[in-house]
Amino acid sequence: MKDKSPLLEMRNISKDFFGNSVLKDVSFKLEKGEILGLVGENGAGKTTLMKILFGMTVIRDTGGYSGEIFLEGKPVSYKTPFEALDDGIGMVHQEFSLLPGFTAAENILLNRESTKNNFMTELFGDRMKNLDRKDMRKRALKAIGKVGVQLHEDMLISDMPVGHKQFTEIARELEKDNIKLLVLDEPTAVLAESEAEILLKSMKKLSSEGISIIFISHRLREIINITDKILILRDGRIIQEKPTSSTNISEIAEAMVGRELEVSKREDVRVFDRTFLSVSRLWVNMPGETVRDVSFDVNEGEIFGIGGLAGQGKLGIPNGIMGLFPGGGEIILDGKKIGLNSPRIALDSGMAFVSEDRRDVGLLLDEPLDWNISFTAMQVQNKFLKPIFGNLIKWRDEKAIQNAAKGFIDALEIKCTGYSQKAQELSGGNQQKICLAKAFIVEPRVLFVSEPTRGIDVGAKKIVLDTLIKNNREKGTTIIMISSELEELRSVCDRIAIVDEGKIAGILPATRPAADFGLLMLGTAPVSGGAE
Amino acid sequence: MKYLDRIVEKTGWPRLIIGLFLFSLFIAAPFAQVKIGTSLSDTLIRFGMNGIMVLALVPMIHSGCGLNFGLPLGIIAGLLGATITIELGATGAASLFIAILAATPFALVFGWGYGNLLNRVKGNEMMIATYVGFSSVAFMCMMWLLLPYSSPTMVWGYEGVGLRTTISVEGFYLHALSNFLAVRIGTFFLPTGMLLFMGFVCFLVWAFLHTKTGTAMTAVGSNPVFARASGVNIDRMRTISVILSTWLGAVGIIVYQQSFGFIQLYMGPFYMAFPAVAAILIGGASVNKASIMNVLIGAFLFQGILTMTPSVMNSIIQMDMSEVIRIIVSNGMILYALTRVKKGAH
Repeated sequence: MKDKSPLLEMRNISKDFFGNSVLKDVSFKLEKGEILGLVGENGAGKTTLMKILFGMTVIRDTGGYSGEIFLEGKPVSYKTPFEALDDGIGMVHQEFSLLPGFTAAENILLNRESTKNNFMTELFGDRMKNLDRKDMRKRALKAIGKVGVQLHEDMLISDMPVGHKQFTEIARELEKDNIKLLVLDEPTAVLAESEAEILLKSMKKLSSEGISIIFISHRLREIINITDKILILRDGRIIQEKPTSSTNISEIAEAMVGRELEVSKREDVRVFDRTFLSVSRLWVNMPGETVRDVSFDVNEGEIFGIGGLAGQGKLGIPNGIMGLFPGGGEIILDGKKIGLNSPRIALDSGMAFVSEDRRDVGLLLDEPLDWNISFTAMQVQNKFLKPIFGNLIKWRDEKAIQNAAKGFIDALEIKCTGYSQKAQELSGGNQQKICLAKAFIVEPRVLFVSEPTRGIDVGAKKIVLDTLIKNNREKGTTIIMISSELEELRSVCDRIAIVDEGKIAGILPATRPAADFGLLMLGTAPVSGGAE
Repeated sequence: MKYLDRIVEKTGWPRLIIGLFLFSLFIAAPFAQVKIGTSLSDTLIRFGMNGIMVLALVPMIHSGCGLNFGLPLGIIAGLLGATITIELGATGAASLFIAILAATPFALVFGWGYGNLLNRVKGNEMMIATYVGFSSVAFMCMMWLLLPYSSPTMVWGYEGVGLRTTISVEGFYLHALSNFLAVRIGTFFLPTGMLLFMGFVCFLVWAFLHTKTGTAMTAVGSNPVFARASGVNIDRMRTISVILSTWLGAVGIIVYQQSFGFIQLYMGPFYMAFPAVAAILIGGASVNKASIMNVLIGAFLFQGILTMTPSVMNSIIQMDMSEVIRIIVSNGMILYALTRVKKGAH
């Protein structure tokens, strides 16, 4: 029977978070000893799918899922991860779940320690058993051996480099006797190339021993090298399911970013002749979006796109240049050097920023719209102020503020009850328009727009993007747009830089096919003939 | 019903209950043989006495530093100003303004230090402020004895050193404001000058909040990250608000003294913050939003209850309930407000 039915089958899995559909009708099978590569952009639904399989409580808390899961032909539905563990499913998460003050062996065998009896056990029961250190060491070494690395079992987790931590996690899963299926969520992201090599080798070995593996990775080369079958998710659907032998990297990349249908044909390639903003050797210490070494030039009047996968550092670039996170490097705007680490200096030099974090950075949620729109202009450029007693007192000019707000509410079709409504009462799309108004009102020479369409509906998306284009064409504002959505960048920008691991992987004209950008995102060298 | 709900929602339950309670006290007053004229003017006097100290909380609420439980620090600056004025021998109504002037440098220095301290404990301002208030009072208990004051109106009679616990301002600025343009009709007394002065200070604060700096201060309190991204120096704004709060506390206590008649040293300022905080909260302010209107309504309601309960309640139930009610109302109000503090995202 076991030989007939696949090890794992997920059938018609769908899941939505508060009406926002993230998985639609996902079905696949996984045979015993097979390695399945799961790829897709951020937000494609990979992690959610694995959470469903693993019975993470977050799934139940948000209304559960629909569809069926079969493990070795038996229908299963895990309520907690413990049940999944008992059935022999192991998972290594993106974030480490290790005890830093414990050794590798202790972590590997946590809660499954070898124990021996002593006289206290007779009196107080099993909780008083001693640890059998010798046996534990043996078992830990065996598990580490399965991974195929050199790892000292007595080393404290806190003393380990990230790679070793990753190996410890994997060893912990492998130590379980009944392990049948191992889910590895981006295990190689933190590993050096040589370490990744070792891990891949041990994965091959495990699969030959009959353990099935679901491997999630953004590194397509690894996926191609190791998997038997590749499953591509996009917007919660399976776009492609093919044996690895019958596909190649560029096909995968295209399927991943895809949306060929929606691509608005851009025939005009604008030519620029003057470098306006020059960024060189920029580093930014923004947690989760570290920028390591970024250099690029933006021309006057250009719309420059910055894309890349989440966590690679694309968001750190505008936040660093605008002084919101500490950083270093050289920014030259229109021939003048601009200091870093001070929002004021950045604003004074004529740069403006629409933050990706609308609620925390972008808006005064408790204040009326007219305040939100006018505040930056008032503080930085002394607009909307009436001088009293010479220039002794700078009085807020309510009338002017209100008129300016009214103007933007009409121009950007902001749905609200009036300029005195509080910002928190607006929908995401309208809040985003307020953020844009706030930036436009200072008439910036360079405008950074970070994730302008994140979390807003299609209609608002179009208005936001059209507004940006209009501003660029009519006022000549140089715009730098940072977005996770490649298609959006391709439809708006002139050139697009892709950021990978805190560095620019490449800068290509927006007219290049989506697959080229996909390859850059995945850390693969672009097809020959790049623009730079 | 819907209309009623809207009223309740707009006014807020605490304000409504206390307003109705105060109203019923005024209704009950004639039946308890309490003269309505006296009680009304007492209420107005106490309103004027305490108003500026309630107002002193506004700048810090605006800049997001929370309720100024460190108000005693400002009051101490005011006490220093007052005692220095008497020491210098300034007399008459002008001495009130000399006292305010003399208190100003202390308020600036104290406020600056206090502001810098609060900038280091962002998120825990109110707790630290309470300790600042209490410890500064304790510290000054020693200093009042040690500072080289020598004016015979102020020092202990038997040894000639150290200040007395209460010092009369008679001959200095007693009723300097209260008697200005005062109206007397029978038992009713209206301290016009004091109310005008309070109105003037309220206007100054209102005007300040309408300037560029005041707007920035409000934005810092509303969303510091937004303010920083707009090029505002958050720490500077917060420090300015604390200095302003401290200075208003100093002015507040001097105005209080001119009406009350005495300078209260040593433990005098110890519990001054709590009634002020309770008053502004009854007025409808929250930990991060306050308006001048909240100050006026709150000071009137809170002081009204304090004035009316002893006279009315005592004659009805033959028992001194005023202190009990004062403590329940003021501390209850503070508790209520702190449960409404929105943490993190709001």
